[in-house]
Amino acid sequence: MADTRPRPPATQPPTDPGDDGQALQTTQHGVQVHEVPSTTTEREFTVVRRSQTQMVIRRFMAHKLAVGSLVVFLLVVIISLIGGRFWKYGYADITDQFSTPPSLEHPMGTDDIGHDTLAQVLRGSQKSVQVALMVAILATVIGAVIGALAGYYRGWVDSALMRFTDLILTIPAIAILAVLASVVASEAGNWFFIGLVLALLQWTYIARVVRGTFLSLREKEFVEAARALGASDTRIMFRHLLPNATGSIIVNATITVAVAILVETALSYLGLGIKPPDTSLGLLISTGQQAATTRPWLFYFPGLIIVIIALTINFIGDGLRDAFDPTQTRVRA
Amino acid sequence: MLSFIIRRLLIAIPLVLLSSVLVFLLVAYSGDPLAELKGRNPPVPESVIQAREHTLGLDKPMPARYVTWLGNFVQGDMGKSIGGVEVRPLLWQRLKITLRMVILASILAVILAIGAGVLSAVKQYTPTDYAFTFIGFLFLSMPVFWLAALLKEYGAIRFNRLFGKQVVYTVGAETPNLTGSFGDKLANYGGHLILPTIALALISFAAWSRYQRATMLDVLGSDYIRLARAKGLSRSRVMTRHALRNALIPLVTVVAIDIGAVFGGAVITERVFSWQGMGALLVQGVQTNDVNILLAWLMVTSVIVVLFNLIADVLYAVLDPRIRYG
Repeated sequence: MADTRPRPPATQPPTDPGDDGQALQTTQHGVQVHEVPSTTTEREFTVVRRSQTQMVIRRFMAHKLAVGSLVVFLLVVIISLIGGRFWKYGYADITDQFSTPPSLEHPMGTDDIGHDTLAQVLRGSQKSVQVALMVAILATVIGAVIGALAGYYRGWVDSALMRFTDLILTIPAIAILAVLASVVASEAGNWFFIGLVLALLQWTYIARVVRGTFLSLREKEFVEAARALGASDTRIMFRHLLPNATGSIIVNATITVAVAILVETALSYLGLGIKPPDTSLGLLISTGQQAATTRPWLFYFPGLIIVIIALTINFIGDGLRDAFDPTQTRVRA
Repeated sequence: MLSFIIRRLLIAIPLVLLSSVLVFLLVAYSGDPLAELKGRNPPVPESVIQAREHTLGLDKPMPARYVTWLGNFVQGDMGKSIGGVEVRPLLWQRLKITLRMVILASILAVILAIGAGVLSAVKQYTPTDYAFTFIGFLFLSMPVFWLAALLKEYGAIRFNRLFGKQVVYTVGAETPNLTGSFGDKLANYGGHLILPTIALALISFAAWSRYQRATMLDVLGSDYIRLARAKGLSRSRVMTRHALRNALIPLVTVVAIDIGAVFGGAVITERVFSWQGMGALLVQGVQTNDVNILLAWLMVTSVIVVLFNLIADVLYAVLDPRIRYG
């Protein structure tokens, strides 16, 4: 039964996705290779060649914790983004029930003014998720471009950009955010602005990773070949080199979501982020904490939501890292 | 070695200078320190505002203001707060309180991270490993203020009940106007420190233990470890004498780079326990738009972060001679 033909190596050499000539056409469409059947009783071997994306997805799907986390995370995101519209109470509605513990009517209880905690948590997580997704996308793009430029051009461009990333790391993000957010966001209570500033602070890690990949690959033959064919610098950077960093970029983008949620909620907790009458998870915890012993539901639920979001993201990131890392051997592709 | 240190210093000094420009621009454009004065009702006469602008130097162009500020700062003059208090003694007093927590928590976190990371790696893919991995991920995903509040609201009460008297405190960094013997004072400090430090340490430990596990696994897979085992050394001797010593080196860098994040975490943790430290000062500075407090706060923090990175670089070079010639 053993398949003796050489299998595609588990460790994939750096591929050149920019080369979209004939060769790629034939391999991408899962060419079926038929063994010559020796006997009529034995079933013929069918080996379908898989693209790298398919392999990554297969490896990820084998990681049960990560898949479970992905399902939970997507549910939480969808519920936070649109759930507020379908729940019977709005986040600013005041009911006539004060400080009631969780019940069927109010699954997360109410606060001392009569706000329904579930409605507030929905609103809060909506803001947090919006900020986090925005940060992840923006920071990834900024980081990838800066890392690509630094790694590709090296020399003074590299030094300048890397000193710039060092510079950003010299001041705690929370302090920069506090100073900036208090000024501009006070006018709008603006999640968009908070997300923007956070993105401008969180790209450094992705930039370092992309730069590393570029430095190690820029001397490879396929880059030389592309250059000989007359490809522009931009094309080499973004079509030939950048796809090789896809794995680390996606993993880090995932982690950035978790980091962004934690920083945004911390900022709101300090009273420097999203402001009342709007609400966020950090703000809810900050007010809930004052009554933590008498009305613990006000304190527990918002915190649990943050932990669930961040924990599932971290597990997804871990699964993705395993799936993208070609040197791992635990899960057969 | 000396030339290595000098090289690192030559990078660090311009970095601090650049950082000062960034800090200055950030604060200068973030708000008008006279907003409160201008917004008063009945309106303050224009001449009074202009006089205030003049004394604060706000009527000068930006570069001139930057140079004046930097010159004063280097000489140790951080100006006065809006309330008329000298910023420097205020900042030092707050910094001492916060650094106490940061340093203790970092030490605790490093010890925990090494223990958990190494154990995880040695017992890879066993229940021990999975347990530590889960704990690591859990704290990695927990907001520090929530954990701190959990400890404060639920942990402290249980703990004190256990001892039958107040051992841990949840408000402030120390009891004001404390009298008594040295031992009493120490117990009081400790009682105030314990919960915030644990909260901060647990949050910081999470990422470091994951990192420690990865480096230890890396080392365990290397050839010289296989050789050491092959020539007949016992497993425990190889682990402690050969693997562990090398696996500890990379953590130095990670801890130093993260010190800014730990500082940020301390700022938030302080708030939970109502410490009058750097966190409270930052919030006060932001809410009252106090330029001098903010400038001094950001600048001192950034110098501390750069300093820690420098120490880490040098330490790394001492521990791993290959770096010096790299």
